Amino acid sequence: MTASSRQSLSSFRAEREGDWLAFEALLDRVEKRSPKALTDEELLDLPILYRSTLSSLSVARATSLDASLVAYLEALALRGYLYVYGVRESLGKRIGRFFLVDWPAAVRNLWRETLINLALLAIGAIAGYRLVAAEPSWFNAIIPAELAAGRGPEASAAALRAVIYGDGGNNFLSGFATLLFTHNAQVSLLAFALGFAFCVPTVLLVLMNGCLLGAMLQVYVAKGLGVGMGGWLAIHGTTELFAIVLAGAAGMRIGTAVAFPGDRDRLTAAARAGRTAATAMVGVVIMLLAAGLLEGFGRQLIQLDAARYAIGGAMLALWLLYFYLIRLSSDVARRAS
Amino acid sequence: MSRAEHPDRGLARDLIVPEGANLGVQLASAGTRASAFILDAAIMAATMFVVALVLVFGLIYYGMAGAEPIAIAGMLFFFLLRNSYFILFEAGRRAATPGKRIVGIRVVSRDGTGLSIDQVIARNLMREIEVFLPLTLLVVDASTDAIDALTTILALLWALLFTFFPLFNRDRMRIGDLLAGTWVVHAPRRQLLADLGMDAAAPAASGFRFSDSQLDAYGIAELHRLEAVLRGDNEEACWIVARTIATKIGWAEDIADARPFLNAYYNGLRAHLERELLFGVRRADKYS
Repeated sequence: MTASSRQSLSSFRAEREGDWLAFEALLDRVEKRSPKALTDEELLDLPILYRSTLSSLSVARATSLDASLVAYLEALALRGYLYVYGVRESLGKRIGRFFLVDWPAAVRNLWRETLINLALLAIGAIAGYRLVAAEPSWFNAIIPAELAAGRGPEASAAALRAVIYGDGGNNFLSGFATLLFTHNAQVSLLAFALGFAFCVPTVLLVLMNGCLLGAMLQVYVAKGLGVGMGGWLAIHGTTELFAIVLAGAAGMRIGTAVAFPGDRDRLTAAARAGRTAATAMVGVVIMLLAAGLLEGFGRQLIQLDAARYAIGGAMLALWLLYFYLIRLSSDVARRAS
Repeated sequence: MSRAEHPDRGLARDLIVPEGANLGVQLASAGTRASAFILDAAIMAATMFVVALVLVFGLIYYGMAGAEPIAIAGMLFFFLLRNSYFILFEAGRRAATPGKRIVGIRVVSRDGTGLSIDQVIARNLMREIEVFLPLTLLVVDASTDAIDALTTILALLWALLFTFFPLFNRDRMRIGDLLAGTWVVHAPRRQLLADLGMDAAAPAASGFRFSDSQLDAYGIAELHRLEAVLRGDNEEACWIVARTIATKIGWAEDIADARPFLNAYYNGLRAHLERELLFGVRRADKYS
């Protein structure tokens, strides 16, 4: 009995060993080179060898007491799992799905948080506006001196005009656009990540942004430059502020999921919220890229108020259509089925 | 098993893959994760340094005429490096950053399904508060006055809570792991070693013969310990183990050399325990 059971165990290893070594060699190759370098036959073999390794692992665990054999099979099966179930989708397909389905779906999914953040931004703006209107010295408290750059309640109307209609010397425009984009994107990523601290820092950041906006606007309105300032802001602001609101919404989603997981357990709730929010944040970075270009080029090159308003309005309409009104996803699904 | 080699059993987790098998993974400890991160940070810093050097030389060569394209290239490159280094490597074919590969760890989805790119993005965006927020606070000029300094220190302590989050939970999850539903596990490379039980002849042939009661003295845990000793090359350890076993099982004859005796006992014990296994008895250790 003993001898025969040893016999079957040794033949188990002898029979399967070739498959394991072949699988290991195949994994070594695909990890180094593109899967396209494999022949059709090898591609078909990969999942078969993976399943055969899993089955060997189960047999070995149940019958063999060779610790090194089981450890080898565990490590090999894990490597195979990581390869077979790794991020496999082709980049082009993935990008297509992101724009057609995932991005608008993630933004739609965040509609409640988006409205709350929009309200926060508006409250901040109204507060900033009223504070500076009531007492101009609030301006210096709200807007740091380096950001104000001479624009303030004391500045002359001519100086304020120069800022909104100046062309910034018309040089270094693309550099300016790049700086705006990288800076804004980094700040919005931080604002999003801070949402993890139960939303508090994100809420404060959005309120603060609204405050800045309101205070700056009041200074211009008080000097009778409200319409010009509106255009100066609108050309990129509809996109940028929308992106900020979405970043705040994504941050709020993860913060609330961790604090109030609801019916699910905390880990599951956090993981679900994280995925939606991450997709929305990739979209926010893209929106900020568009906003940076509009701000860096468009605002400096287009001086006409009406044109600035038209571009800003068109961008806002475009985003709203894309996110909420046109369901690209269902069209695609219908065409596919 | 791999768990036997990692003494920390608290980090062993079940990972049920879609095929229904349990891969039984070992979570990477906070120290391993930190060393992988330091390696990656060093690679990023070196890349940044080289690129900065190239840009500076470009500036010297082209003068002010090239200033704008060079500034744009620099800003975009640093932005991309900071935000996509981890994402691109983890979503790539090797599913790990160079630092992770060097220390032998990988990212897996907690639920055993395939890792999606959304998860990779989610777990790496959170580095913003885990790494870059404390770093930013460190370089902020806190010297202006006492209140500013105090605020900065408090903010830094608060931010470090995010950095050291993995130490506060059993699964060693970063905030990013929590929000992406991922784990970081050991994925070592192992060689297929020869089977100790098969190369030696049956115990009877080597001149040693053990009775059933002598083979009942130990269980699977001791068998694995014995396997580790036999695979090692520490002669002294062999002798200590051989004497311990001889005493325990009441082996009367002289042992001329430790290895043949241990080999024979390993073979006998393994055959004995594997036979019990076939009958559904798994004897975990000598106490059971």
